[in-house]
Amino acid sequence: MTESCVVLAIETSCDETSAAVVENGRYVLSNIIASQVDLHKKFGGVVPEIASRKHLEMVIPVIHEALEASGAALSNIDVLAVTKGPGLVGALLVGVSAVKAIAFARKLPLIGVNHIEGHIYANFLEHRELNPPFVCLIVSGGHTQLVYMKDHGCYEIMGQTRDDAAGEAFDKAARALNLGYPGGPVIDKLAREGDPNKIEFPRAYLEEGSLDFSFSGVKTALLNYINSKKQKNQEIVVEDVAAGYQEAIVDVLVDKTFQAVKYKKVNVLTLAGGVAANSRLRQKLVERGEEEGVKILYPGIHLCTDNAAMIASAAFYRYKKGDIADLTLNAHARLSL
Amino acid sequence: MKVLGFDTSSIVATAAVVDDEKLVCECIINNKKNHSEKLLPLISEMLKNAEVALEELNGIAVAQGPGSFTGLRIGAATAKGLAYALGIPLLGVPTLDGLAYNVKHFRGLICPILNARRNQVYTALYEGGLDSGFRRITDYMAVNIGKILDRIQSTGKRVIFLGDGLDVYRQHIAAQLKDKGVFASQAFNMPSAASVAMLGLEKLRKGLEQSAFEFTPLYVRRSQAEIQYEKRKRERSN
Ligand SMILES: [Zn+2]
Repeated sequence: MTESCVVLAIETSCDETSAAVVENGRYVLSNIIASQVDLHKKFGGVVPEIASRKHLEMVIPVIHEALEASGAALSNIDVLAVTKGPGLVGALLVGVSAVKAIAFARKLPLIGVNHIEGHIYANFLEHRELNPPFVCLIVSGGHTQLVYMKDHGCYEIMGQTRDDAAGEAFDKAARALNLGYPGGPVIDKLAREGDPNKIEFPRAYLEEGSLDFSFSGVKTALLNYINSKKQKNQEIVVEDVAAGYQEAIVDVLVDKTFQAVKYKKVNVLTLAGGVAANSRLRQKLVERGEEEGVKILYPGIHLCTDNAAMIASAAFYRYKKGDIADLTLNAHARLSL
Repeated sequence: MKVLGFDTSSIVATAAVVDDEKLVCECIINNKKNHSEKLLPLISEMLKNAEVALEELNGIAVAQGPGSFTGLRIGAATAKGLAYALGIPLLGVPTLDGLAYNVKHFRGLICPILNARRNQVYTALYEGGLDSGFRRITDYMAVNIGKILDRIQSTGKRVIFLGDGLDVYRQHIAAQLKDKGVFASQAFNMPSAASVAMLGLEKLRKGLEQSAFEFTPLYVRRSQAEIQYEKRKRERSN
């Protein structure tokens, strides 16, 4: 590539307002993330109306900060990008409306990006040599999917959750154990102090050969365990509960992921999404990867959670394909890859 | 000076451009199509028809609320993006002021009412027909229709009503206020971006500009989650 292409992207699909400037889809010049997590804590989860209000408050300051931090001015930007879904529609609309207006005012090409696709592209920012094809495990508070990425913009969904997302399963466990919100990091931390084999939680593998997931069973088992302990007035060792619960989820994720890798005969596996930050998941995938000769790649923690740099990277490759949106671009709560 | 104004606080999407002498162009769409899909194409088309380039604009005026939360945010985020990218001031015009402006020559009280659901209306009272124009005499509020009608009745003055709240409350108002209450014609009954832009231009002249960084809608009402949270907290402490 000879010519440089600078993308400014905005992400507002859930509870982080983020803006980033990325060059040629691979080089992060800035990636500003304003998290609202503290705002939603007292409600025990993200409140859409509150999130939308905060996004509207933050959207311009965050864009401005991203430009300043990158050293670029708006006049240096070649392409504008925004997350169009899936996510909270009211939250998405703030980003979509603001970015469309900027694109219109500056006469710049506009790219609408699928949030899940963005998560996959976080890997392209971290690993500049990475190219498709590969299998990607996307795990977050909203999604659990096994995707085969054949080429840029070309995906096959091999499996997905039939009920809760993996991150949701962690959040619900944390709530049941009174550990607060969000649950993932707390469970991860406590599990390191506990014994994963002390309490046996069920692993749902579903039908033979299926790469789908189900985490509602393990969640119910946990609630039953807590109730029976309470009834018997017995002490609950949170560390062991966290370790056992996490292990049950991680085991299924790892097994199914390697099944997918085997089906597609690829030797690269990427991880994406907020739960990709889970230390036990990373450890077990890497161990298994070493056994089976599969390279495991994942982004740094700051690129695993929702951020706009990943959206900018995905947008760059969409732009190269000429996939440009017009001013009717809308936000979509549900949107498949 | 030229100001672009728009209002997406209700099912109406409207955009207009005004200059110091006149209304240059206005467009109003009063049906249920999605604001997110239609607002910018509407603005783009309208400016093209008006032969006004974006670079000629001196300010962006937007209906600030109250109104549909999502509608307000689409308008506000669009206004912020435009004002920021063009480097010009943002001018927030309260939705109810914009509506009252439609009938500001009425001698008596002006009462715009917007359907706020949950058995409430967004409203405020204005004195119209003044030499200086019109003047707001109450806060912006979310109240039961009965409350505002009682207050109006106690003044004994004639009142003109307008806004989408009439779809629900027209009979109710007529029954209570009899010949003291009149209704604006359909042509003036809905938000008009011309009014928003004119009021925005007045603000700009007075130097009352806002920045794209800080601008916030007038929601008037808190989110349902916050209302319920406060209620639970109060119950627990009682
Ligand atoms: Zn995400």
